[in-house]
Amino acid sequence: MRIILSCILLAAPASARTITIAAGDAAQERLQGALVDAKPGDIVALGAGRFVLTDGLSLDVDDVTVRGAGADKTVLSFDGQKGEGEGLLVTSDRVTLKDFAVENARGNGIKSKGSDGISFVSLRVEWTGGPKETNGAYGVYPVSSSDVLIDRVTVRGASDAGIYVGQSKNIVVKNSRAEFNVAGIEIENSYNADVFDNVATRNTGGILVFDLPGLPQMGGHSIRVFRNEVVTNDTPNFAAKGNIVAQVPTGTGIMVMANRNVHVFDNRLDGNGGTAVMLVAYRAAFTDATYNPLPREVVVRDNRYGRNGFAPAFEGGAQLAAAVGGTLPNAMWDGVTGYTVPGGAPVTGAAAPVVADTPTLTLGLLTQGTPVSAAKPGIAPPSAKGAVKEPAAVVLPPAQFKRAAG
Amino acid sequence: MSLRAPRAALAALLFALTGVAPAPAPVDLARVLAADPAPALADYRLFTDAGARTPNTGLTPYALATPLFSDYADKARLVFVPPGTAATYTATGVLEFPVGTVLVKTFAYGARKLETRLLIRKADGWVPNTYVWNDAQDAATLKRTGARIAVSWQGRTIDYAVPNANQCKQCHLSGDAVTPIGPRARNLNVAFAYAGGRENQLAHWTRTGVLRGSPAPAQVTRTPVWDDARESLDGRARAYLDVNCAHCHSRKGFASNSGLYLDLEETDPAALGVGKRPVAAGRGSGGHQFAIAPGDAAASILVHRMASTEPGVMMPQFGRTVPHAEGVALIRDWIAKLPPG
Repeated sequence: MRIILSCILLAAPASARTITIAAGDAAQERLQGALVDAKPGDIVALGAGRFVLTDGLSLDVDDVTVRGAGADKTVLSFDGQKGEGEGLLVTSDRVTLKDFAVENARGNGIKSKGSDGISFVSLRVEWTGGPKETNGAYGVYPVSSSDVLIDRVTVRGASDAGIYVGQSKNIVVKNSRAEFNVAGIEIENSYNADVFDNVATRNTGGILVFDLPGLPQMGGHSIRVFRNEVVTNDTPNFAAKGNIVAQVPTGTGIMVMANRNVHVFDNRLDGNGGTAVMLVAYRAAFTDATYNPLPREVVVRDNRYGRNGFAPAFEGGAQLAAAVGGTLPNAMWDGVTGYTVPGGAPVTGAAAPVVADTPTLTLGLLTQGTPVSAAKPGIAPPSAKGAVKEPAAVVLPPAQFKRAAG
Repeated sequence: MSLRAPRAALAALLFALTGVAPAPAPVDLARVLAADPAPALADYRLFTDAGARTPNTGLTPYALATPLFSDYADKARLVFVPPGTAATYTATGVLEFPVGTVLVKTFAYGARKLETRLLIRKADGWVPNTYVWNDAQDAATLKRTGARIAVSWQGRTIDYAVPNANQCKQCHLSGDAVTPIGPRARNLNVAFAYAGGRENQLAHWTRTGVLRGSPAPAQVTRTPVWDDARESLDGRARAYLDVNCAHCHSRKGFASNSGLYLDLEETDPAALGVGKRPVAAGRGSGGHQFAIAPGDAAASILVHRMASTEPGVMMPQFGRTVPHAEGVALIRDWIAKLPPG
């Protein structure tokens, strides 16, 4: 038996144990067995080495930590995965995943659904064959959760978003690295997120803040994207068609679609050949009367821009660039200020975003759904910083940081 | 004679003394309600023989109008409610079963049993577990970590997957509670060939005291039989999607975040997938724009994912390893005949 039980004297529940699982034969059964049999408070400690898995793994016990020997030492390999939509699925609360790698999951890397207080710490999720349409969609994928911490996570090769947080509340994504994904980091249909001190490079698009219609949680708001290095995002879009990120132009730095109260500041944006900062409405038709497709209360300020906008990959981009001297301004806004509520009245005259640190290429599309071919481009000078109130810093439960540090 | 003598020994002694086989011991209700699952299926005494061919007293066989597809496995279902109790009729959703209920489902290919799954209604909710049969087919033991069993069946090679304990819950979760999926009044409202003859199941359950409060079957909504060509195409397709998809794809299911809801009660075309763009499908989209493109099955993500066997693409995500050709054909036909938007 490779499972060793030992008492942990300091952990919260008196009976908390460390269940040690070594790499080797029958890893699937031994590891899945430990995840099924774990009790709240337990630590499932994965040894160094390669765990060859044949199916997706799952955890549904609250207050469990799964800890490896390091993101370069403990590897969960899903090259031979026969079933399930992700490498590791977590459906319980206050789970900490730390110090291991997930490689070549057939679907998503690590998904957590309805998993409040989940922490992803010092992980690596990678598709080792480089960017490919056949890679899984998301690297780390918390959804429908409150209190989400993603810290020191590296994701490479996701065919949708490397780090994706969907329909969640109270989110911190920091110190992480996303490269060679379609979207590096994506916050979607979420409330109160701080995304800072990350590196997003060599993706199609670096950092996306999206809100989509027809979902249980909509109306994304109160997002701060700051102090990130968003550089050289130049990988041609390799997402499967039909997905929203398949529309992200290659070379996008930071992109905001719909949402309210989004603040983009103190980032460094360089080497993004498309547009460093893109602010747009959701473009497709929708039937949900409660959805607002416009970006509202968006502030872009105090970012440091290098050379961006030299190779626009979106429809009409090359012509636009030629018209303005060969290189696009760092920021672009589609100029959509109105839309029609499905089954309701038109909404018009929404305020323009505040872009205080760079000129903005405005497309003047005015009404949601207007094709880019109807653009009336112009360049707006940097605006005053304005009075849009910035949301307070996201605060996660102190106990969550304690678990993540433990 | 010790009072602790095993029941079997007592029975043998009694048989030797009298020459009359005693009635088998009843279902072990204490075992059913115990906090931990029994290590062996036989421990519950749901059957009177080791091979689980003869259900014990109090178990009623049943079938569903439209069942979940499970890699072409045969499924034999039984329901047990404790003596003196009964399930209560509900017009929508799963019937309300009393504490002590056991839903028993044995998966087999012909004579070869693979696993017997139990859903037990304990005082604080439903608990799923599965028991995997040995090669001799005379004992089934608890298996919580899942397993793969290679099967050759009617020209197909099937890498049959026994679900692990979490997978049981993933499908059987509604909100925060584990729940049965099949036994709702509308899906039971068909005739069953009982030993004593054919009879509508709701009528039979009512007559035998398994169910209380049910209107006459004619007054109860009925889930269409997915493969009965006499039923409407729309009814059959919606029934198929309800049973095969809606345990996850409903507002309270595991796939609630997808916005795609396929239960029979859903009426919003967008929620049903008509013109609905993917959210988190990744390569599962197959390059298509919509879950259902009315009139164009080949351009519908739903069909693409039902026909796939690739992890990360295929739907359902587990519970099958081969495509259900007949089910895919039904949904294809249905989408092809939907009027283009």
